[in-house]
Amino acid sequence: MEPLAPHSSHHAPRDEPRQTPPLTCIGPPGSSARAHHAERDGYYADRRGFLRLAGLAGVSWLTPVAHILSRAAETKREPATSVIMLWMQGGPSQLETFDPHPGTNIAAGTGSINTPLKDVFLAPGLERTAEEMNSVALIRSMVSKEGDHERGTYTMKTGFRPDPTVIHPSIGAICCHELPVGGTDIPRHVSILPGQWAARGGYLGDQYDAFRMDDPAGPVPDTSSFLSASRDEQRLKHLDVVEGAFARGREKRAEGTMHRATVAGARKMMSSEQLKAFDVSKEPAAVRKAYGDTPFGRGCLAARRLIEVGVRCVEVTLSGWDTHANNHTQHTKQLEILDPAFAALLRDLRERKLLDKTVVLCAGEFGRTPTVNPAGGRDHWPNGFSVALAGGGIRGGTVVGATDPEGKADPTDKVTVPHLHATVLTAVGIDPGKLNQTPIGRTVKFSEGQAVAALLQDRG
Amino acid sequence: MKPPVLYDGNIEEHPAGVCHVVWARNLLFLGVIGGGVVALGANLLPPRKPAPISRYEAREYQDPKFRETVDQVDVAFRQQWLSDGVKPAASAPDLMQARRLALGLMGTVPSLEEIRQFETLPSNERMPWWIDRVLAGSRFADYVAERLARSYVGTENGPFIFYRRRRFVTWLGEQVAANRPYDQIVREMIASEGLWTDHPATNFVSVTVQQDNKNQPDPVRLAGRVTRAFLGLRLDCAQCHNHPFAEWKQTDFQGFSAFFGQTHVGFRGVQDGDGEYQVEDPKTKEKKVIPPHVPFGAKLLPEKGTRREKLAVWVTHAKNPYFARATVNRAWALLFGRPLVEPVDNLQSGQATSPALSLLADDFANHDFDLRRLIRLIASTEVYRLDSAVDHDVGETEERSWAVFPLTRLRPEQVAGSVLQAASVTTIDAESHILVRLARLGQQNEFVQRYGDTGEDEFDNRGGTIPQRLLLMNGKLVRERIQAGPMNATTRIAWIAPNDPKAVEVAYLAVLSRRPTPEEAAHFEKSLADKSLDRPQRLEDLFWALINSTEFSWNH
Repeated sequence: MEPLAPHSSHHAPRDEPRQTPPLTCIGPPGSSARAHHAERDGYYADRRGFLRLAGLAGVSWLTPVAHILSRAAETKREPATSVIMLWMQGGPSQLETFDPHPGTNIAAGTGSINTPLKDVFLAPGLERTAEEMNSVALIRSMVSKEGDHERGTYTMKTGFRPDPTVIHPSIGAICCHELPVGGTDIPRHVSILPGQWAARGGYLGDQYDAFRMDDPAGPVPDTSSFLSASRDEQRLKHLDVVEGAFARGREKRAEGTMHRATVAGARKMMSSEQLKAFDVSKEPAAVRKAYGDTPFGRGCLAARRLIEVGVRCVEVTLSGWDTHANNHTQHTKQLEILDPAFAALLRDLRERKLLDKTVVLCAGEFGRTPTVNPAGGRDHWPNGFSVALAGGGIRGGTVVGATDPEGKADPTDKVTVPHLHATVLTAVGIDPGKLNQTPIGRTVKFSEGQAVAALLQDRG
Repeated sequence: MKPPVLYDGNIEEHPAGVCHVVWARNLLFLGVIGGGVVALGANLLPPRKPAPISRYEAREYQDPKFRETVDQVDVAFRQQWLSDGVKPAASAPDLMQARRLALGLMGTVPSLEEIRQFETLPSNERMPWWIDRVLAGSRFADYVAERLARSYVGTENGPFIFYRRRRFVTWLGEQVAANRPYDQIVREMIASEGLWTDHPATNFVSVTVQQDNKNQPDPVRLAGRVTRAFLGLRLDCAQCHNHPFAEWKQTDFQGFSAFFGQTHVGFRGVQDGDGEYQVEDPKTKEKKVIPPHVPFGAKLLPEKGTRREKLAVWVTHAKNPYFARATVNRAWALLFGRPLVEPVDNLQSGQATSPALSLLADDFANHDFDLRRLIRLIASTEVYRLDSAVDHDVGETEERSWAVFPLTRLRPEQVAGSVLQAASVTTIDAESHILVRLARLGQQNEFVQRYGDTGEDEFDNRGGTIPQRLLLMNGKLVRERIQAGPMNATTRIAWIAPNDPKAVEVAYLAVLSRRPTPEEAAHFEKSLADKSLDRPQRLEDLFWALINSTEFSWNH
């Protein structure tokens, strides 16, 4: 490392290659996870710039680190092709999940558990997730400007604050819009157990809205007519007759409504083999058990099956995090659902070689206050909360930012919502700065942020 | 000593007196139950008043001033068609006009019951009668209040405790039902003080309460709302930068926001006090006091009143060129499914010189901002009565110059309302059974969620989606509504229609508000005669086809 020091010593830790053992990924020996973070300036600098600097210094061939980096640059990593969003509706407490501060006042009694990563601890209840931490990157310094559920959800799902003149698309909608369709007959954007504010297509169009689906234990909604084939056939013949009458004198415009094309698409989906991807009962009992016998667990399992048939984005919602009272007991119950499902999903994706192609994001609309209110609850807190990322293109074992153990000062290395979005979009190979026209003719970027380089694997 | 036992399961061991007590208690019990049932029944099954066949205000339509405005608008469009070199479509059939009006103002198709009444009238009286009947009903006030509320306060649930959206919409519905002059309604929203619970208009302000800023309202959001919703101007684009095309400057927007700079929210609700509106320079972080300032027409500002009161008078002033135009454009959009000048909240986009917009706006401003008169005027114009079908295939010019009635996608609540209404022979309105109305509300909400609420994005015209088609083809609402059941139209039609041709005709009227073409009639009469399915099932298939057609999901 020494030869690089004059130009870029503070860049070095985050540019350490993924191939190195996870413990050293966290930072140089002796440094805490917190100290590892790049300094403010140059934080979002791209890796090529660093390589160029190293090259200018004329020493790149001398150092093993730079050597590995340049090799990584030659073998381009394919970007991820799918996103799974585990949506924690209500706003989980960072202190009782990914950012415990044991022994402090703000912990209010919550302890911590070890992970395979040195100096990285999780809250009790996340034991199985802790085992997967080599694949998981944590942002402990998320900041948002919205402390209301609806506005916060909009912000976290789209990367923008609500704006009355335009509705922004969610990450899933952008993926469906930008990535190739492939041979998928079923909706490529799915929301399992959708809350009140399922992911939308926004200005990209309603066709990018998530397809809503309840507990996968039940049938896929609205995909069967429950009629005999002959009666189905008869109904479609009837429909043709009515359509014929309406099209008279409106030929072009009736076609322009796309109504008949969408009917055909719906019929195709109804008879598609891919619909079976929703049916988790086809999985071995052991797999189902690993995910947990809960609607959320089944949702995560269905998400993996859907990704396998080419679905671009699956959102699975776990609600119940809005713990204004009895925060600790409520969180214990929530973690019993989240922990097995999240851990099983990561393991399962890895075993099936899908993890590199799938970005997994676990986030809620905000965190919860460091102080505990008289009802034993924690209230809304958008000023420093945690988000977990894993999979395709994400540098596992990384921790970005830290919150104040006193709960007073701002978190270090703040990551704003747009930066989070830019990071995820970059991981799936979409340029966050790409410009789009809204229906009213305004030009809007997919994201106003810049990817957090420390969270991304080297891609060259 | 044994404790007294009234009844231990063995009557014979007790004297007769105890037996009497037991019977009295049983009778009392039965009486209470019986009384409960009667009371419940009285509540659930109120005597249903048959809807009176209302009379329309013929005078309103014959008033020379009214006729003059309609004629002027008609002339303006004819001139436009001439200069664009397009041939207008013929007049649409009466029932098609009635369907448009019902969808635009009540969010449902007309009921079979209403169609029957409509057709008893001489043809020149049908539309005026129907317009007035719709305007007099509670469905109109409720539906239009919700549509307007979306542009005033959006669809969000807003800050907990400080905001009551339902109260706000109900209040708005009451104002619409009472036909209160529109300028008064708007002034009350902008300027009134008090608690959001007992002065519902103040929710317009309290929806912007910022919980991360000491629960104070947000002048910037309020300024954006007021300019867009009431003036059809996007002044808020100047929030961040000077607008490249329009004449507004960033300072105009800041000055406008300053009118809300003395508005505070406290335990007495929304109140005006003192203080100065300050803006922080993003670069120097210096705070600067911004005095209130309007971007144009400063002489319309009154001398007296709180800052908000002054602004309210200025916004709604008959001489403010934008207020009446913005309202006309919105009313037009409700009726046509498409605003006269697009987008609905941006009159600066270049086309703002539509002669029809000016003519209608002048009439609106000169007649006390009477919303009903405005709706009657628009619905009486030639262009509202045009057919959406023409014998020549039309291009974009025809659509742009309103020479054919536009095809617009129905909103989810219009589709749900229409499915529910089409499947019921009688009108579903405030007179309907409470259970019918409750069921309607629940089913409609569920359907709207799945179909995809269009939110505030009111009039952007897009094609439908595959999940929407799946929902209508296989979804619960349609399945439950069209399957044979004592309350559903399929069964009632199967009972009442004397023959197959009548059954087909009634189904078409109930769902598509028209009669079948000869080809359609022949096709469905043949299919109803097929004995391999029972008759209600054959009718169900007919209803399914009608509900799944383009014609049903689009306004035309």
